[in-house]
Amino acid sequence: MPADRISISQFLLKRSGGARIDLSDVLTYLYLTLGTILMFGPVLWLVASSFKTQAGLVKYPPPLLPYQQVQVEVEGYDKPLPLFKVTLGDGSLRELAQVRRVGIEAQMVDPANPAAETIKVNIRQREPVEEVRLAWENYLDPLVELENFDFFTYLKNSVIVTTVATVITLVINSMAAFALSKYRFKGRDAIFVLFISTLMIPITVILVPVFLVITSIGWKNNLWGVIIPGAATPTGIFLLRQYMLTIPDELLDAARIDGASEWHIYWRIILPLARPALAVLAIFSVMWRWNDFLWPLIVLSQNDYFTLQVGLNAFQGELQIQWHYVLAMTVVTLLPITLVFAFLQRFITTGIATTGMK
Amino acid sequence: MLGLFDPVARSFLLLLVTAVDRVLTPIQRRVGIDRMGYIFVLPNLLIFGIFVLFPMLLNFYYAMTGGTKLFPADRPFVGLGNFENLFDCEDFLSPNSCQEDLFWRGIFNTIQYVILQVSGIVLFSLATALVLNRRIVARGFFRSVFFYPVLLSPVVVALIWKWVLQHEGVLNAIVEIFGGESRRWLLDTNWAMFWVVFVSVWALMGFYTLILLAGLQSIPPELYEASSIDGANTWQDFRFVTLPLLMPTMFVVLVLSLIRAVQMFDHIFVLTGGGPGTRTQLMVQYIYTTGFSNQIQLFGLSAAASMVLGISLLILTLLQLRVGNQSSLA
Repeated sequence: MPADRISISQFLLKRSGGARIDLSDVLTYLYLTLGTILMFGPVLWLVASSFKTQAGLVKYPPPLLPYQQVQVEVEGYDKPLPLFKVTLGDGSLRELAQVRRVGIEAQMVDPANPAAETIKVNIRQREPVEEVRLAWENYLDPLVELENFDFFTYLKNSVIVTTVATVITLVINSMAAFALSKYRFKGRDAIFVLFISTLMIPITVILVPVFLVITSIGWKNNLWGVIIPGAATPTGIFLLRQYMLTIPDELLDAARIDGASEWHIYWRIILPLARPALAVLAIFSVMWRWNDFLWPLIVLSQNDYFTLQVGLNAFQGELQIQWHYVLAMTVVTLLPITLVFAFLQRFITTGIATTGMK
Repeated sequence: MLGLFDPVARSFLLLLVTAVDRVLTPIQRRVGIDRMGYIFVLPNLLIFGIFVLFPMLLNFYYAMTGGTKLFPADRPFVGLGNFENLFDCEDFLSPNSCQEDLFWRGIFNTIQYVILQVSGIVLFSLATALVLNRRIVARGFFRSVFFYPVLLSPVVVALIWKWVLQHEGVLNAIVEIFGGESRRWLLDTNWAMFWVVFVSVWALMGFYTLILLAGLQSIPPELYEASSIDGANTWQDFRFVTLPLLMPTMFVVLVLSLIRAVQMFDHIFVLTGGGPGTRTQLMVQYIYTTGFSNQIQLFGLSAAASMVLGISLLILTLLQLRVGNQSSLA
């Protein structure tokens, strides 16, 4: 593949006339720049907004950076006081801290000279003094004390669902793919067709009966009810079977002559050799499970069992959306997948591109 | 995965594998090598049977029963009653005249959504793939940029855009800078569908871009050399070399995105909840609301509606097989 790419690029280089930059290059980079802004911009805006205070979020037009009013400690007052820039009667500007506000009148004190008498000013004559400060409390409050958003429980549930489901999917799909690619038994092709024919039948089509099965087993409000129904993926079987067909049968026969059991062959020969396909399926499965929404929404109705996605949706759906918390928790939710992508991006993009073709 | 490197987990795994071997070896001795296939296929087949095959058959029964009880034995048989309700329309083209008007609104909205979203995805992922296939610096970076939203969960994607599109949001601020009028984008009947389509194209196009890019890179460069000898210009290159050779890949993209668009639920559910009114409520949301989130849970009606969805998907799949066969014969 790299060889092809080089020759294509050399070829394009030749066509566009050496190293000269022409109109199509300009358009190309314009497209890429606009695309980058459009793709990353909203995400960055979310991150930037998540560091604003509740008061900062309602400002319009929204400032780019998270500004907050400066608070100063003034001798003789228990709490820090908000700092204002005040235009006094004689036209001079002074920075004063506000002690209290009564109607349209504010009582101000000079932080440098707290013993002096308070100055009374009209609230229209003062402007808050602001500085850039990150509102970490948006992140910390929900993690420790928010009653209706139990982040660590949701995270734990999401991690359990994602890892357990992925492991189960990899094991049962690879076993089935092994059987369907390396054994000759009656009904093999029928079973394969049966599996594959459901590629286009999503769980959305059979929500009610699957819900009945889950309820009968007693898996309502149970993570198993989220994990198991989607475990036997037709995509995984197809992907792994196609890959295992390329493993030569002679290898298996040689192992059999050495006295290896069939399970031993599966575990020691097939699985290690199918590692690239397993990795792709693992990535798919993690993506599916971490982001899964509709089915968990149906199975899980109690707060203790919510996954991150369901919990986040419930939290944002409350009557009074607490945007400052919702934004921060959205950032926390997208963080793990972003980190994984940052480290594995080449692997993920090439993996999906090569299997998506088949 | 990291747990595999932990010696304790490792020896536990080894123990487990050996135990399975102990159980399977006598079975293998009895049934012979080839029939071991049944054993290997069994776990997958069991889960498939219980959670896919059996529910598929049961769905027919649900669709023919009424009432609000979940267990089939408690449900009165109504024959085709649910379907009669769904299709009880004076005029099929105007949802208001139907008994289940929400169902028909869902169908019309879904058709509109699918057409707009699939053409958006095909157009933008093709354009992006063509651009990424050119000789550009930092191709890996740009490829990742366009792919990144694919990894984000639908809830996260919807919240990102809900924040951008809200009335005091950044989009309105930008629109006002350019002299436009600020709006409540997601509450505006004229704009809600546009944004719902836009957001899902934004979130999903990276996936199809990758597939198309792989398709473009598998076109042998000799063909372009040959066409340049024949004096072809850039457009002719695209029209007579790139496009025909990319057709199979385009077809894959079309089919995959079509089938996904028909089942769309999560982005929209979080972004607009189907609103304003029912402007962006699609079929799957009707199935979900009727069966699971309404006070009165009409499982039968929900199952009947899901069968209509299933049949639509089946028709699309068969159509795809037919067209696919024809194009491979040609």
